[in-house]
This record gives sequence, structure tokens and C-alpha cells, in this order.
Amino acid sequence: MAIFINENSKVIVQGMTGAEGTKHTKRMLASGTNIVGGVNPRKAGTKVDFDGHVLPVFGSVKEAIEATGADVTVIFVPPAFAKAAVVEAIDAEIGLAVVITEGIPVHDTAYFWAHAVATGNKTRVIGPNCPGIISPGKSNAGIIPADISGAGKIGLVSKSGTLTYQMMYELRDFGFSTAIGIGGDPIIGTTHIDALQAFQDDPETEAIVMIGEIGGDAEERAAAYIEKNITKPVVGYVAGFTAPEGKTMGHAGAIVSGSAGTAQAKKEALEAAGVKVGKTPSETAALMREIMQSR
Amino acid sequence: MDLYEYQAKDLFAAHGVPVLPGEVAENPADAKAIAAKYGQAVVVKAQVKTGGRGKAGGVKLASTAEETEEKAKGILGLDIKGHIVHRVLVTPASDIAEEYYFSFLLDRANRTFLAMASVEGGMDIEEVAATKPEALAKIHIDAIKGVDAAKATEIADAANFPAEVKDQVVDVIVKLWETFVAEDATLVEVNPLVRDPEGKIVALDGKVTLDENADFRHPAHAELVDKQAEDPLEAKAKEKGLNYVKLDGQVGIIGNGAGLVMSTLDVVAYAGEKHKGVKPANFLDIGGGASAEVMANGLDIILHDPDVRSVFVNVFGGITACDAVANGIVQALGIIGDEATKPLVVRLDGNNVEEGRRILAEANHPLVTVVDTMDNAADKAAELAAAGV
Repeated sequence: MAIFINENSKVIVQGMTGAEGTKHTKRMLASGTNIVGGVNPRKAGTKVDFDGHVLPVFGSVKEAIEATGADVTVIFVPPAFAKAAVVEAIDAEIGLAVVITEGIPVHDTAYFWAHAVATGNKTRVIGPNCPGIISPGKSNAGIIPADISGAGKIGLVSKSGTLTYQMMYELRDFGFSTAIGIGGDPIIGTTHIDALQAFQDDPETEAIVMIGEIGGDAEERAAAYIEKNITKPVVGYVAGFTAPEGKTMGHAGAIVSGSAGTAQAKKEALEAAGVKVGKTPSETAALMREIMQSR
Repeated sequence: MDLYEYQAKDLFAAHGVPVLPGEVAENPADAKAIAAKYGQAVVVKAQVKTGGRGKAGGVKLASTAEETEEKAKGILGLDIKGHIVHRVLVTPASDIAEEYYFSFLLDRANRTFLAMASVEGGMDIEEVAATKPEALAKIHIDAIKGVDAAKATEIADAANFPAEVKDQVVDVIVKLWETFVAEDATLVEVNPLVRDPEGKIVALDGKVTLDENADFRHPAHAELVDKQAEDPLEAKAKEKGLNYVKLDGQVGIIGNGAGLVMSTLDVVAYAGEKHKGVKPANFLDIGGGASAEVMANGLDIILHDPDVRSVFVNVFGGITACDAVANGIVQALGIIGDEATKPLVVRLDGNNVEEGRRILAEANHPLVTVVDTMDNAADKAAELAAAGV
């Protein structure tokens, strides 16, 4: 099972022939992902050899789907062209679009999200500005290193890439059903809530780690959702307790304006919903460890 | 990037939003000259990127050029919530019949944009939202359809703008939306939007936040950066393409990934509670590709921060291998040489960690201590910083 991607996922890469695309296509292939091709209109019809894996390049997402039956696209297209790439993926009605690209203008993200909604959400969008999603041992769509942890029964959803890696590392002896980095931008496709519900519905997932950070009120909304809808144990972590007001901390979304969006407010909301919240990544991992060991 | 009022109003004017004329002065004599040119009563307004400047004495009426000079003298140099006033906007005084509020902003929860409008402007809009929520209209905007005259009319009606100004307000709303989209803004706020005694609608103030991710399609936005007001270390970091924010503590921080660095700040602050209350001195994310050069640039910035007493390098090797990071640290210390005098605590985990730790052990640099976990490393860095305080 796992969520959103599994051993049957057929993955294409938009921007496969660029530097980032090439590097990560190699890594995804090495971790066993079934990559069936790439998209680049200027190189349509050519083939690219990734250490023995020869992959075809298609002129469009639609052509790639028709030729290969692809149901997942991973997007590495540079910020200036990302909007068009995501809109193309949505128009081709691919099931999942994982947008890795960092630095997409928020007006562009708002546009492609509105387009996804207007066309009936046939395409699930993850990201942008995210590390992607991995169901260890099954499929890896994005840049999460596959060798941190193997398969297991913990589900992980996080706004931050490196905190995803850190948490997978801390809990590598238990392993993960799926780990998903949803990205830290102000507007993102898949939210904490979407991932929480998917983990709730996934029989392979026994417990969930949710990592948030300052900015917005996604964690507060997730807390309210957990209280009503999630029966599996959830452990939380929020980064940014010491972030000063009004300063952007790397992620465009990670900015505290006034009292709303502070780490403290998020921690309190989660705890009020019955979620145990760790003060540090290691304490959070210890809380999850207790839950897994008592099962 | 937040803009000053005068910059925001320049953008408004460029997109046809009615504003009053005005000029910026950096000293009282210039303010006087501007007022003399207008030959009428003026308002002298502190240019700071924070709210509440009126209450802080940053906005004054002056009836003569001499009085303008005097008021400007009082306002320039004021500290308004930590922002020092370096410029004042001198603008002709105008009579106000009514004050309204209007803004376009990001609505994260609904993953789109929002228009907010109220006929009760002028005061703190958070207060209106809290005490009279029914007086603040909130209308979602479809990011694809945008705001045309029909949508603007819907917003104006929802906020109950008076019939006699509605056509003008609708026109202003459409032009503010054009500003919002054309400039890639994440906030466009007018408070107050006023009706003058002749019935004309004017944006009397302006707040604009621009999306730096969109800088690639707005070369002109580079000129809006206030280099004078930037922290010198932040400016230097920006030049090198580093994501750095200066804070007020003693433990310098370098890490990879915004989330991990934020988390590192927290862990250091907790550890500091046991060590004389030392705190993180900065946020610095060296990103995924932590080459020797990037590490050297990062260390260079932090080691030149006079407040820093110790440095904590916290890297989880995901894409970047730990041996590359370790080589980066060793080479960086070589490049910086004798100028490096502060102790470094390094925690590496993840991809190729054994080789990374071996490289650091072999280099055996007198300033470097390698600690195996994030918590222990934070504690060590805090302890070293406390010893140096």
C-alpha cells in the first residue's frame, strides 16, 4: 500500500535532461523507481542513457502518458517555466505531479493550483519547493535520499526537506510506509491534512509523524482535523520557536507575522488535539519510538 | 521584500491608482525646500517598514516650510519599533471626508488570493477585524480569472461603499489588482483609502510586499532595495547568494535546509538555557549543494560577526555527502586562515558520514570539535559560547 506512490507507479521526469533532473533521475533509478521516460519538447524523440537505463524523451506529458502509461511526473523545470510545466501535467490528467522546483513565484503557484481545482483535481499536486515523496523499497519520486531508511509502518509528512531526512534517520530502525515532503511555500498543493487522511486510510501505516514550521496556520488546521478524523497515533514537531517576528527564514512560507503562525501557537493547537509534540527532533523521535514499541 | 510608502505609491501611480504628489527628503533642509515648492500646508511622514508610525510621532502636519523643516528634524532619526527613520515623505495636506480600507493579499488556507475591504478605514484594521468583523468584507479571488470590473463591484458592494463613490472605488480596485499581479506582489494594502471633500477617491497610504521569487521577471525591483537599511552582514551574505538572517545571540549557526536550520536555532536556544542564556546569532542555510566554497563563504560571514562566540555547523547529508561538507570545512578554515579564532562544533550525519568524520579527525584542526548528535553538539556550542561571553 503506502500512500500516493507504490511499486506500480510509472514515473516520468519533466526537466529530465537538465542538471538537477539528470542527477536525480539517476538517483531515483538507483533506488528502484520505475522511471519510464522524460519530457523535453526540444529533445523529443531522443534517448538518454542513465548508467544503462535508456530512457526515451517525449515532446509532451500527454505523449509520454500515451506511450508509457505513466501516472506520476516529477518536475525539475526551472522557476520561470514551472507554471507551464505543471499546467501541462494537469491538462494531461496525470494522477500525481511532484513539483520539486524551488523559487516559483507565488502568483504562478496560485495559478496552477487554481487550474488543478478548475479541472476537477484529477491531478494531485505535491509541492512546489519540496523534496518529494518516497515509499521506501517501492518508489521514490523526488530527491529524498533512498538510503536513509527502509520500509516500515510509520507515515511521515513534513514541510521541510532536511527535517524529513533527519526524522527518517532518527527512526530508521522502524522504517516508513511513506515519507512525504509537502514543501514550505505559502501555497502548496497537497497539505498536511491530505497526507494525514491518506495515512489514516492506509492499512500499512500504524502511526504518523507530522513536522511543521512557523508561518501560516496549516498546523492549526491539521490539529483540528486530527481531533475529528484521525484515530492513528500522531506525533508532532514544529520548527522555529526562536525565529524573530517579520523575518523570512529561507522558506518563503516560514515567516512569522504577529502572533498567528508562531511555533508556540502551533504546538499548543496540536497538543490540544491530543498530539504529542517534541521540543526537538530527537525528542519527537523518542515519542514515536514509545508508541511503536508499545504496539 | 516590503516597500516603503513612497515606493508603494510610485507603483500605484504607475498603474493608474490615484495618489497625492509627494517627495522624499533625507534631511530637514530638503524637506523645507519641498514644502516651499508646494506652497501650502504639508504632511511630513516617516518612511519606515512598520505600522503604528502615527502613534509613535512619525506623522506631523506642518503649515509652513519652516515648520516642515522643524517637524522633519524631529522625525528623522526617530526609532519606531526598532526601525530608524532615514527618510520622510513630504506631501500636500488634504482634507478627508471619509476613510476606507482596502487590500489584496495571499490567503494560504484557501490557496488563493483574498480581497479585504471596509468603509471603516484609517484605524488599525486588525482591530476592526476583531471588534467589528461584519464591517470587514473578505472576498476570495480566483487566481486565473482575477479581478475585473464585475468582481470589483462585488467587492465594493460587499463592503458597502457609498453609491456616490462606488464607480471610482471599482476603478481603483481593478487598478490595485493590476498592480498586485503586474508587480508580483503578495500584499497590496491601502489604509486609508480616502474620499476627499470634492468626492475624489485617493490612496493616502500604501503598503506593498513583493515576491522575491519573481525578481527574475522584474529587473526594476532591484532598485527598490534599501541598501542603507540592510544589515551589513546580511547584505554581504546576499551578494554571495547565501540565505542569512542576523539574530541577536552568540552562537553562530550554519546548516543545510531551512527547516533543519530553524530547528537548530531552537535546539541551541534550549541548550543555551543551561549556559548563561546564550542564543543563536544567526540563521544561515547553505542549501543542498554545500561545496567548499559555499561553506567558506558561510564561515566567512559568521566568523566576522563580532557577536559570535562559537559556531555550530549542523549538516544532514542528504544529497550532499558528508565527506564533501567535511572537505568544505577544512578548506574553508584554510582559506580564512588566522582570521578564524572562534571554536567550531560540527555535527554530521547521513550520506557518507564515516568518511566525513574521518576527514575532520585527520585534519585535527585545533578549533574544530566533532560531536555525534544534534542535541549534544548544540550543548557543546552553547557551552563554548558561554565560556567566551
